Amino acid sequence: MTVVAVVRRTLLVLGLPVVLFALWWFATADSTDFYFPPLATILESFGKVWTGERLLSDVVPSLLRLTAGYLLAVVVGVGLGLVVGMRRTVRDYLEPVLELFRAIPPPVLVPVIMLFAGIGDTMKVLVIVSGCMWPILLNTVEGVRAVDEVLSDTCRSYGITGTARLRHLVLRGASPQIVTGMRQALSIGIILMVISEMFAASNGLGFTIVQFQRSFAIPEMWSGVLLLGVLGFLLSLLFRFAENRAMAWYHGLRRAQRNP
Amino acid sequence: MLDVQDLQKIYTGRHRNVEALRNLTFHIAEGELVCLVGPSGCGKTTLLKCMAGLLAPTRGEVRLDGRPVDGPPPGMAVVFQEYGRSLFAWMNVRDNVALPLRRKKLGKARERELVDHALEVVGLADAHQAYPWQLSGGMQQRVAIARAVAYEPKVLLMDEPFAAVDAQTRAELEDLIRRLWRELGVTVLFVTHDIDEAVYLGQRTIILSKSPTVVQEDLTIDLPDERDQLHTRSSTRFAELRAHVYEQIQRAKHHSGDTEAHTEAHTAAEDRIPEPALQKIEP
Ligand SMILES: Nc1ncnc2c1ncn2[C@@H]1O[C@H](COP(=O)(O)OP(=O)(O)OP(=O)(O)O)[C@@H](O)[C@H]1O
Ligand SMILES: [Mg+2]
Repeated sequence: MTVVAVVRRTLLVLGLPVVLFALWWFATADSTDFYFPPLATILESFGKVWTGERLLSDVVPSLLRLTAGYLLAVVVGVGLGLVVGMRRTVRDYLEPVLELFRAIPPPVLVPVIMLFAGIGDTMKVLVIVSGCMWPILLNTVEGVRAVDEVLSDTCRSYGITGTARLRHLVLRGASPQIVTGMRQALSIGIILMVISEMFAASNGLGFTIVQFQRSFAIPEMWSGVLLLGVLGFLLSLLFRFAENRAMAWYHGLRRAQRNP
Repeated sequence: MLDVQDLQKIYTGRHRNVEALRNLTFHIAEGELVCLVGPSGCGKTTLLKCMAGLLAPTRGEVRLDGRPVDGPPPGMAVVFQEYGRSLFAWMNVRDNVALPLRRKKLGKARERELVDHALEVVGLADAHQAYPWQLSGGMQQRVAIARAVAYEPKVLLMDEPFAAVDAQTRAELEDLIRRLWRELGVTVLFVTHDIDEAVYLGQRTIILSKSPTVVQEDLTIDLPDERDQLHTRSSTRFAELRAHVYEQIQRAKHHSGDTEAHTEAHTAAEDRIPEPALQKIEP
């Protein structure tokens, strides 16, 4: 990429957020409303609240739980998805059930999971897994199903079977859908990270934000919301960066199909 | 070597059954190069898939070296008609060609040698790093051919492998197939819809009827073994054989397993190639 292209992309990515922030800034500039303090005040408390000790005591634990839950969901979702996608009978039996599970909003599972997993880190990680795995699982099933028949025949006739087939054909062939599922799961994961901490916790971002709200520390509360937004934005940037590297072949293929 | 016996294939669908193949019987000897022609949709691909052990026939069987084929046999390579879909879009050309070799555990050096050579002979020596979707249709087809060549198969089944290449490349690839066939002693079944190709390439041409399909004619191509694009194609015998295959294919469009009994007598009388022509070529 040339320098110009990099600058252009950065402008594209940052353009709208900058405009929105400017709007926020000017709309609240001389706000005296207790619940909607000026952005300047929020940013000031942001610096105070989130740079010191809280970074280690609340932000890091939240992110660790998110990472653990998300990775576990990827492993479980892709693993189960491969099994379900490759076995027709398993698929026929399980698919309606899976759709049902997917339809349950994950937050309602929090009390249920608390019953047997307590209120510690395990519960929070499980909540994240229970919400993140469905899009990954269902998309993996779709992807495995969509593996090209001719390519599958090619593998069979060249004796590419078993794990080689799984590695070189099924996983790679399904990877565009798997990545789509992982992208959906990421935003669900962030939401559940916060929600699981709102129910019962002694640290974490969600916990801290609720604490601020309960003690009427409104600018601090807003700064927490802002931090969540920024984190979500950075995580999706990171995801996109990784995706562009891993799926370069797919983007190239799509481009080639669009303009043959 | 390859025996096709009473082969029938009926695709059973929810709404309709398609009898793609009615009753096929033919034999391919070890080291033979046989071409297969027939009207579009007559079941050439279906036949190839049955022979490759990718599709179970409804009745009859395929035998390879006397053993029934019930799964893809080792030592057989297939070049599929849908060349674009038979390449791994996530691998570059080199890895596409090399992947089937990994299983053979030939050692890095030998593997590299085979891949280099195969890509060289199909004229893709400088496309190793490209991805299939960066190549033209003809180049993709040549990657699929290179993969089959590098595999060093005993039997090579090719389903219209030159459909997407330009005339010039096509001529080169035809000569390549003949050269590989003669050098490696591989048995080749070559499906084509090009009449010239069907005559030029092989020792025999099997002409299929339209669906439901039977073998309409099994024609020996009595051209000299040394062939080249210029002289072979301009010989009188080539023109005669070409005309004959052309007529047969025209007839195949109306002839099928259903009309078989009907036309038997008629074909027997008319299909014999005129004797004088035969004498002209054989000194
Ligand atoms: N999977 C399938 N299910 C049902 N019918 C099929 C299937 N595959 C092929 N057929 C039918 O079988 C017949 C033969 O198809 P096939 O692809 O073998 O023909 P072909 O001779 O290779 O045609 P072409 O020259 O166009 O490549 C066609 O009528 C086709 O519709
Ligand atoms: Mg076909």
